[in-house]
Amino acid sequence: MNYRVNENGYYGDFGGAYIPEMLYPNIEQLKNQYLNIIAQPDFKAEFEDLLKNYVGRPSPLFLAKRLSEKYGAKIYLKREDLNHTGAHKVNNTVGQIILAEKLGKKRIIAETGAGQHGVATATVCALKGLECVIYMGEVDIERQAPNVARMKMMGATVIPATSGSKTLKDATNEAMRDWINNPVDTHYIIGSVVGPHPYPEMVSLFQSIISKETKQQLIEQTGNDQPDYVLACVGGGSNAMGMFYHFLDDENVKLIAAEAAGLGVNSGHSAATSVLGKEGVLHGSRTILMQTEDGQVVEPYSISAGLDYPGIGPQHAHLHKVKRVEYVSITDDEAMQASLLLSKMEGIIPAIESAHALAQLEKMTFKPDDVVVICLSGRGDKDLDTFMKYFKL
Amino acid sequence: MNRLQQLFEKKKNNILSIYFTAGYPEIGATIKIAEALEKAGADFLEIGFPYSDPLADGPVIQNSSQVAIENGMTLKLLFQQLKDLRTRVTIPVLLMGYANPMIQYGVANFCKAAADAGVDGVIVPDLPLNEYEEIYQDDFIKNGLSNVFLVTPQTSNERIKKIDELSNGFIYLLSSSSTTGKSLNVSDEIGEYYERVKSLNPKNPLIIGFGISDKNSFMRANQYANGAIVGSAFVKTIGNAKDYLSHIPQFIRKIRD
Repeated sequence: MNYRVNENGYYGDFGGAYIPEMLYPNIEQLKNQYLNIIAQPDFKAEFEDLLKNYVGRPSPLFLAKRLSEKYGAKIYLKREDLNHTGAHKVNNTVGQIILAEKLGKKRIIAETGAGQHGVATATVCALKGLECVIYMGEVDIERQAPNVARMKMMGATVIPATSGSKTLKDATNEAMRDWINNPVDTHYIIGSVVGPHPYPEMVSLFQSIISKETKQQLIEQTGNDQPDYVLACVGGGSNAMGMFYHFLDDENVKLIAAEAAGLGVNSGHSAATSVLGKEGVLHGSRTILMQTEDGQVVEPYSISAGLDYPGIGPQHAHLHKVKRVEYVSITDDEAMQASLLLSKMEGIIPAIESAHALAQLEKMTFKPDDVVVICLSGRGDKDLDTFMKYFKL
Repeated sequence: MNRLQQLFEKKKNNILSIYFTAGYPEIGATIKIAEALEKAGADFLEIGFPYSDPLADGPVIQNSSQVAIENGMTLKLLFQQLKDLRTRVTIPVLLMGYANPMIQYGVANFCKAAADAGVDGVIVPDLPLNEYEEIYQDDFIKNGLSNVFLVTPQTSNERIKKIDELSNGFIYLLSSSSTTGKSLNVSDEIGEYYERVKSLNPKNPLIIGFGISDKNSFMRANQYANGAIVGSAFVKTIGNAKDYLSHIPQFIRKIRD
């Protein structure tokens, strides 16, 4: 089975570039040049240097002993939460900022949900001295105030998206409108494996460092780079694509992606796209999205702003359709309990997004020798407000 | 030949097209507005079917789309309303909207329903050229629908030629790379871009849109093209007025005279 993108930008039935003509020249330029640019020795050298000395990679692969004891398997955490800026998002922004420079772009725009991608973008713009404009839903600006302050501190302009549901999907619309109106000097750093081709492929390439390192670390620690299970959470799906990337062709490795069920898959307040979605077009690609019979995009809900998205990336849609990856649904409550559990048992406070993957452990049965890798995509500092309210701390 | 092609046979310049969103400002407005626009002197019409996430649109048409959806407008309902279209409106009519609602309706069903209603063409800005050519073109041609593509100042000559080849209505020339509802770009560069497109001798007429809001911008566009399209300025006018139909003759007169 082929899980990779084809020459037309499709993963099976999904992908492509459903964009208005105004975006065509930028997308075409990117499509024609990115593979060539990232294959150049000077790009590779700078990318590797920044990942090592600025981001702090490789991120540890940590055997969580108490958690392992509880669930009766060997549970390893891939510690993306220890990256500079506190999440996996920075792997992609480092790659794209070098690319933007090589393309001669002077101005950077990005969308953000939880604010992690916004922070990671503002960070690399400060590093490179490039102008940075971040679009963020008005609702998210309120629930993620510390991240807004971090972006501003690093010199970014944060523009509230006030259309639609005022969350991630609308921030993405606004960023695309900005790009339409600034077609020459601006690069759009999309933060997930969504959007028109080549974005899903490019972002997953930059994030694939996660599974590349994991394999090396598994060999060092266990002598075998084939775990039994690999788990990650999915909003648009960038940490999951990075975590799955080098395991896709290892058919004996079971890949599990945790979506946000919000208040329950059928509660009307959910972001469980693979269950509730149908095939269609969202943000420039053919994928699975939550929509009405008339094709209007449905507002998603999750307690975690980073999973509050009505679609999944086109490669995820493909992996779901061909059943290479199992997509599961985790409610707000299950994720919150998993956050608390990891905090108490391992001294690690996870992002609520990442806790959706941890919560799946409760629903699985293991053999004692099973090796399980979970992508801990981000840390929970940004969620303290939510934790304080939920647990009445 | 559909009505749109017939119009371009007869009329070569100062062609005026008006865009409005179906189901805005009220759900039953669609046919009434179309009728009033024909009476007032519009040459052809673009009826928007609303989408929740209109990427290429500025605030005015975003708002009209959102209100229309809240009013209950769907493609299904629009096609019901359009059953009356050809008893009341004779000028060419195009449907304009985004790919996802059309794909959910089913592109073949959509094309058939449009043709049955007497629609002459379709504009779907986010339907890619390649997918149109390979997957959908037959449905459009079979139903006598003209599919219209956009061209921007950044579009290459090669691509314009390809678009011209695949078009059988007109080429929608954007006055700049922008979302809808901005003011008209009147720089020298834009004049050079119009001249560049004309120098390719396209077989399709050129109609300029985006940023056309009044007599000045309409006349300026007509120096370079066969006509122009007014969208946001019209939607804004009918959105602000209680007795919106009565404002239509004056709106058109102000552009024409």
